[in-house]
Amino acid sequence: MIELENVAYSYGGGALLSDISLKLAPGSFHFLTGPSGAGKTTLLKLCYGALLPTSGDVTLFADDLRGLERDDIAMLRRRMGVVHQDCQFLNHLSVTENIALPLRVSGRHAEAAGDDLTELMAWVGLTHRADALPPELSGGERQRAALARAVIMSPDVILADEPTGNVDWEMSQRLLRLLVELNKMGKTVLVATHDLSLIRAAKSQVQARVLRIANQRVQLAGADL
Amino acid sequence: MSITRKDLRRIVLGDRQADRVVPPTGFTAQLTLFAAGAMAFLAVFAMALSLASGRLAARWGDELARSSTIRIVAPLDQRAAQTEAALRILETTAGVAFARALSDEEQQDLLAPWFGADLDLQTLPVPRLIEVIEEDSGFDAAGLRLRLAAEVPGAVLDDHSRWRAPLVQAANRLKLLGWLSAGLLGLTIAAMITLAANAALAANAQVIAVLRLVGATDRYIAQAFIRRFTLRAFGGAVVGSVLAMTAVLLLPAASDTGGFLTGLGFQGWHWFLPFTIPVLAGAVAFLATGAAAGRALKRLA
Ligand SMILES: Nc1ncnc2c1ncn2[C@@H]1O[C@H](COP(=O)(O)OP(=O)(O)OP(=O)(O)O)[C@@H](O)[C@H]1O
Ligand SMILES: [Mg+2]
Repeated sequence: MIELENVAYSYGGGALLSDISLKLAPGSFHFLTGPSGAGKTTLLKLCYGALLPTSGDVTLFADDLRGLERDDIAMLRRRMGVVHQDCQFLNHLSVTENIALPLRVSGRHAEAAGDDLTELMAWVGLTHRADALPPELSGGERQRAALARAVIMSPDVILADEPTGNVDWEMSQRLLRLLVELNKMGKTVLVATHDLSLIRAAKSQVQARVLRIANQRVQLAGADL
Repeated sequence: MSITRKDLRRIVLGDRQADRVVPPTGFTAQLTLFAAGAMAFLAVFAMALSLASGRLAARWGDELARSSTIRIVAPLDQRAAQTEAALRILETTAGVAFARALSDEEQQDLLAPWFGADLDLQTLPVPRLIEVIEEDSGFDAAGLRLRLAAEVPGAVLDDHSRWRAPLVQAANRLKLLGWLSAGLLGLTIAAMITLAANAALAANAQVIAVLRLVGATDRYIAQAFIRRFTLRAFGGAVVGSVLAMTAVLLLPAASDTGGFLTGLGFQGWHWFLPFTIPVLAGAVAFLATGAAAGRALKRLA
């Protein structure tokens, strides 16, 4: 699905990430953890083609990232659901319309996904906020809306950056269950999080691997969590 | 960005979904409409001016340059004889296609506006007029003058083309200036739309980034902006052109006495020309917005 080979990245100063080789197999569930500023968000951006590696190769769905045109990247993003750390929405459209936005821009009719949409809204607990505008949402509600928007297209890969950063324990369990369900349906999932208890909770539900960024490198964390 | 038939259909029929992803902008939209309308209004006048000057130049330059007049200024008893002599000379002059003396009635008609209809030409020393029509090659005016001076002392040759030449040139210049103005107005529409589109793209940077992240293609994003500005430029130009054409229609009709000023307007198929202005404005807006959106999107990951 997603493969990084000897990837290094720097924003211009010193190297932030170096010598990273990583392979996300179809249907796998990964956590990505590490201290703040270690480069989790940066690594995810490399995975969805928002950044090009300084060196090394990124392969997405068997295509080399460097060889892709802008339109190819747009098509790629329809097959990947991304929850951004700073969730951005179209502030003039309702929550429902924002969640259905990926359908709209890919030319599918939001009505076709009517039931899925209602069900998804209920799952993330936003049914009563359906007609609200994004600026009226709380931080946690925004994250739930972002997760719903990420999965509405039923993507092959879900990349979530701190999807539970602003929600209470109960809600984070719910969101985790949603991700686990999706993984059981065969989707590849990568979740960047600080929250070790979330990782522990997940381990009882799914076979998850934990990647940790330390010293610019990605290591597979042991069972010591 | 190339224009496909699908693009055109979307521009015309609209894709309400794509439209809604960019927030509406009331005030700038109205400014764009107004500016496009004003430009179109001016462009119609520039066009009318050009066409009228063109007609004038053609009429003066073509039809009248080929005719000259000979006046026979002589005492009444010699007038007929000198007229005869002048006509004989003209018959043998190379380049003269046709020459005839005006009859008393015709001269009376010419003078009637000034002296009234019951003027008796027989009693007045009014010069006799001879109308000369040249062949395309023209004749040698200086040579003709010499021969007339030798044989017909009372003959004066008026070569119309000489005094009309500067007028024809002025009319041609005016025509050129008119088209130049229309062209400048077109470029101004392009500049204005580019400014407005750049402002709209900058104001909607976040919208564009979000769309890009959820998988919208550049074409889809650009389309929402292109459609807006094309329709605004087109709509504004339609209103402006229609108002200008109404104003032109309401000008007094062309008449012989009014001359140039009342001839300002469209004639025949030229009425079709102002209708091209909204289409051109729309096309200009389409291209300008497309280019602006292309530049803005290239900067985005
Ligand atoms: N656009 C940028 N330009 C320059 N430096 C950047 C940019 N984005 C991030 N950085 C820097 O790169 C480092 C890694 O950032 P990143 O956002 O990947 O960290 P993170 O692991 O996601 O942190 P957090 O857990 O706080 O979200 C940080 O030091 C950050 O300041
Ligand atoms: Mg981060």
